[in-house]
Amino acid sequence: MSPISRGFHGRHRDTTADTDRVPPGQYVTTDFPVLSAGPTPHTPLDNWSFSIKQGRDTLKSWSWPELQALPVEDVTVDISCVTHWTKLDTRWQGVSIDTLLSQVEQDARYVLAFCDGGYTTNLPIADVTSGQAWVAFGYDGQPLPAEHGGPARLLVPHLYFWKSAKWVRGLELLAADEPGFWERYGYHNYGDPWREQRYASD
Amino acid sequence: MAGTAVRERLTWRVATVGAMIDETATVRTIELDIPDWMSHRAGQHLDIRLTAEDGYVAERSYSIASTPDEPVAITVERLVDGEVSPYLTEDLRAGDEIEVRGPIGGYFVWPWQDPASPLLLVAGGSGVVPFRSILRHRSDIGNTTPTRLLYSARSLPDVIYRAELDATSDGVQVSYTLTRQQPPGWTGHSGRVNDALLHEVAWPLEQRPLAYICGPTAFVESVAAALVGLGYPGDRVKTERFGGA
Repeated sequence: MSPISRGFHGRHRDTTADTDRVPPGQYVTTDFPVLSAGPTPHTPLDNWSFSIKQGRDTLKSWSWPELQALPVEDVTVDISCVTHWTKLDTRWQGVSIDTLLSQVEQDARYVLAFCDGGYTTNLPIADVTSGQAWVAFGYDGQPLPAEHGGPARLLVPHLYFWKSAKWVRGLELLAADEPGFWERYGYHNYGDPWREQRYASD
Repeated sequence: MAGTAVRERLTWRVATVGAMIDETATVRTIELDIPDWMSHRAGQHLDIRLTAEDGYVAERSYSIASTPDEPVAITVERLVDGEVSPYLTEDLRAGDEIEVRGPIGGYFVWPWQDPASPLLLVAGGSGVVPFRSILRHRSDIGNTTPTRLLYSARSLPDVIYRAELDATSDGVQVSYTLTRQQPPGWTGHSGRVNDALLHEVAWPLEQRPLAYICGPTAFVESVAAALVGLGYPGDRVKTERFGGA
């Protein structure tokens, strides 16, 4: 039983009529806060590619123009960061992970997203397929800004946003789960905001 | 560093509010007596949960300002449109109970076992909070790692922990840059942290410095980019940003 915080009424609860869209412990922000562990990398698009790897093999790789030539989807989703903010109705443009995985033969159970700057995050393959995840390169109709993960980031809106890896460069297909960057530093392995899976023990 | 992460169960604990210290006109340090608190590492943060009478809850994360050997303290800046920070800085009283869990975060911590690398700490506004924990801890354990703190504040009255920072010695150099207003006769730096200032303050690369940057997003972005421009490898620049309310 939580103690009542005497005199605390909450100022932000009426900012959205859709409180049932806000996961527990989150507040709605209209800003777009930034969270990253290190400097923002800047990879020229000429040198950029997105790869699907398995072990030492690169199964498939797309250059920037090749990725842009794939079917682009517009998605409007709510996103939740483990640092307690939720942003509603964010508009993204990107290529579905389904589209990318359909071009390789694979039977992986997990993926590890890898990124410029060395960041990684792990996800079950079931969470990045069936229309649940994208490689996003547009935000609000504009190219995705670098501080928000541009030129491209993973977008997996049903999990805490650290799973939506910024500056993503590919997916490594795995038979067994492997913790990524924040997952090794005590954050939850799966990260479902609706079950408030913030930290390893949650 | 992997494997040093916190694995113990992070349960909500009811903390009792202890002493409160007004650091500036808008910033307050709050000591918390937390039962069974597992010792933290300098640079970690914790989560606070407030509960209104009708059950509405609000959670926020705050950097820990104290060392692992002191009572836990957070330092909170009141944000004009904030929800939790005005409560913590204006309404909270000694003896009140609030829920806390932590410590959280295993990356933006100081690995003091590695004394060979000089430390560069760059703070914007209340981004100085985790650095107080690092500086105090360094001093408490008699660590002699050469350390520089570059602290960007709007004006001198906005400098948090000023007396303590001014009294720092023992291999720690503190420099301020005041972005909006400088007192008459100010001999410190003025204006935003830029390439020239970092070039002057940052340790030379050959010393393999370790840099920590904490502050608002735009500040952290620009300082991190400038350090990379000076040749700092990305994995020697640790960042922590705050935003929201």
